[in-house]
Amino acid sequence: MPSPKSAYSIPTKIGKLDTHIFVVWVDNEAGVLARVVGLFSGRGYNIESLAVAEVDATKNISRITIVTTGTPQVIDQIKLQLKKLVPVHKVADFKREDKKVIFKEMALLKIVAQKKKIEKCLKECKKFNPVILDKTNKSIVVQITALRREIDKMSKKLKPYGLTSTSRTGAIAMTRGAETFK
Amino acid sequence: MSKLYTGAEIVFKCLEDQEVEYIFGYPGGAVLPIYDELKNHSSIKHILVRHEQGAGHAAEGYARSSGKPGVVLVTSGPGATNVVTALTDAYMDSVPLVCISGQVPTHLIGTDAFQECDTTGITRPCTKHNWLVKDIKDLSRVMHEAFKVATSGRPGPVLVDIPKDIQFAKINYAKFKKEKKVNGKLHNKFSSNEIDLLIDLISKSKKPIVYTGGGVINSGPEASETLKEFVRLIGFPITSTLQGLGAFPGDDNQFIGMLGMHGTYEANNAMHDCDLLINIGARFDDRITGKIDEFSPKSKKVHIDIDPSSINKIIKVDLAIVGDVNEVIKLTIKRINKKQNGLKDSNKQKISKWWEQIQKWRTKDSLGFINSDKEIKPQYAVKRLYELTKNQDTFITTEVGQHQMWAAQHYKFNKPNRWMTSGGLGTMGYGLPAAVGVQIAHPDKLVIDIAGEASVLMTMQEMSTAVQYSLPIKIFILNNQYMGMVRQWQELLHEKNYSESYSEALPDFVKLAEAYGCKGIKADNPNELDEKIKEMIDYKGPVIFDCHVDPNENCFPMIPSGKPHNQMILGPNDKRENKITGKGKSLV
Repeated sequence: MPSPKSAYSIPTKIGKLDTHIFVVWVDNEAGVLARVVGLFSGRGYNIESLAVAEVDATKNISRITIVTTGTPQVIDQIKLQLKKLVPVHKVADFKREDKKVIFKEMALLKIVAQKKKIEKCLKECKKFNPVILDKTNKSIVVQITALRREIDKMSKKLKPYGLTSTSRTGAIAMTRGAETFK
Repeated sequence: MSKLYTGAEIVFKCLEDQEVEYIFGYPGGAVLPIYDELKNHSSIKHILVRHEQGAGHAAEGYARSSGKPGVVLVTSGPGATNVVTALTDAYMDSVPLVCISGQVPTHLIGTDAFQECDTTGITRPCTKHNWLVKDIKDLSRVMHEAFKVATSGRPGPVLVDIPKDIQFAKINYAKFKKEKKVNGKLHNKFSSNEIDLLIDLISKSKKPIVYTGGGVINSGPEASETLKEFVRLIGFPITSTLQGLGAFPGDDNQFIGMLGMHGTYEANNAMHDCDLLINIGARFDDRITGKIDEFSPKSKKVHIDIDPSSINKIIKVDLAIVGDVNEVIKLTIKRINKKQNGLKDSNKQKISKWWEQIQKWRTKDSLGFINSDKEIKPQYAVKRLYELTKNQDTFITTEVGQHQMWAAQHYKFNKPNRWMTSGGLGTMGYGLPAAVGVQIAHPDKLVIDIAGEASVLMTMQEMSTAVQYSLPIKIFILNNQYMGMVRQWQELLHEKNYSESYSEALPDFVKLAEAYGCKGIKADNPNELDEKIKEMIDYKGPVIFDCHVDPNENCFPMIPSGKPHNQMILGPNDKRENKITGKGKSLV
């Protein structure tokens, strides 16, 4: 390798990237989301999706779900760095392949097309619990819940049928069974 | 109904309850109510700096030399932005700081008001935590929590932003009870099983090394004592990072010098060839590791640190012990003594060959330099300074650059908290204000800033602070007219294209000293150096010492970029030897 003329070392090869879902319980206070997101941007971690809302109004707790990719070392760092933030109570980290955890995302799809095409769209959506939220002669708004990649696929598939706009919540997660994450 | 206090009074009540003696600050519109209250609290002394960055570094110097948190008070807008460098510096080097900043009144926040800035937004990435107090009811809780966060676990800076209307608002104040249990973010949950694993590794190793860092200093003076006991008990060689200097006596035979980019030949080679590496309170910084792939390839690695996120961040380790350094080593010593399985004696035999190897490396004398009787060599200047000050308890601060490395290499520290330098952030201009803070904490001790002429000009205004409070700090400038470290890199990596690294039109430092109302001394001849250093030490007031040194001297040894520990560049002394013998390297 030619001399890099640098006071720093040369980057080493990046290992295999895994997709992980982090669930973070935080105090619902001003700036807390900025702290979490700033940690990701400041340290160069990646965010694929982010979902956040208050889940316990009396204790003032919000639950943040973040989908991210990274090498095992980076994933480990993300978890430890998140735990260091003062308003963070606990951090759960799941692999996307984890069978013990449910991952779901909701999407609103607006289709502007003729009746026949709309019918076809609804048929395609059938697997994903479609709920019709709005309907006119020329259009329809459908709500579906599915995995991230299933929604990815659906958006691609429905484009030719007149899908004009998509709104997604980002993935949220919950463990199966009676146990809760401590 | 109990007595009502204003927000400004509450701030001082909290500071009093936290036993704060000094605050470093600079007044301005948005903190005037707090400054107005200052006169009513005689136990707290305010040190007026000349620039908010100086306040931050002075508080860092105070904190690092005393072990107590440093407190900074600044105004909104420019006051807050000026302190950002110092906060980042404290964050990188784990220094406990509590910064209180004024803010525009709550109803003006977000309106681009005069001297408004998003202080909590700007300082979020450079503090452990920060708070914008929008309700007077939260003020005392936040103030006390700020001290707790700054000082517990791995220490660091915090910031409390207080809008002006909150400083005027009134509320009652509940007496503060100091909690015994510290912050939930403190991790001290290591198990005795982990300690047994460590002892097992210690007893099996043939080529061990102990590598210590600033964590030992931050764990308190007792940790250094415990470390000494531990290292003497196991008989291992010990090396230290820049920040860890002083935790183990620098003149002890078991100490093999600083490691890393400008570390000694023996320390770096021992790091590379060892079979057991015990990292105590250090973080595998890139100035230490060199090329990651070839970092200490044959060793089992142990990492003792209070911050779980430091573990496996850069170097994967075989055994991680998360906990306070002092507690971990204390328990380890206890268990080694309890076992009495002959480890103490057999261990020293086992590693005797390793010590022989280290002695061979030592004969290389990698810190050696070719002295001159015409020009002052910077290394010689630091050595003389050490010899002439080692008989008293001396505190050294530095700026950043070649002089910093020469100070680290040639000044031997025997006690913790005597060495204050900006390592992580590498802030030029750190040393002078830090010396101010150190002198405040230790009024009767000798405090010297080993400086470079370029660095020191960045915060030179704080000489005025030193004079105002009669702080007899000594600014020992190794003046080579270059930004020396920049010049060295340009010489080695950029074909001697010395782009903008030469300072033309430097001030006359003696006259500058006189202008500030302190003493100026100039030296440019090695024969007069000792006498002039003595003159500096004996003078009962601040001194600027302009020591003209050889402008072309480079800082060796050095690990070049992207190279592992065993491929160091050595100094000219070594090169000359190699030329003569031709087989220089094979001799070692």
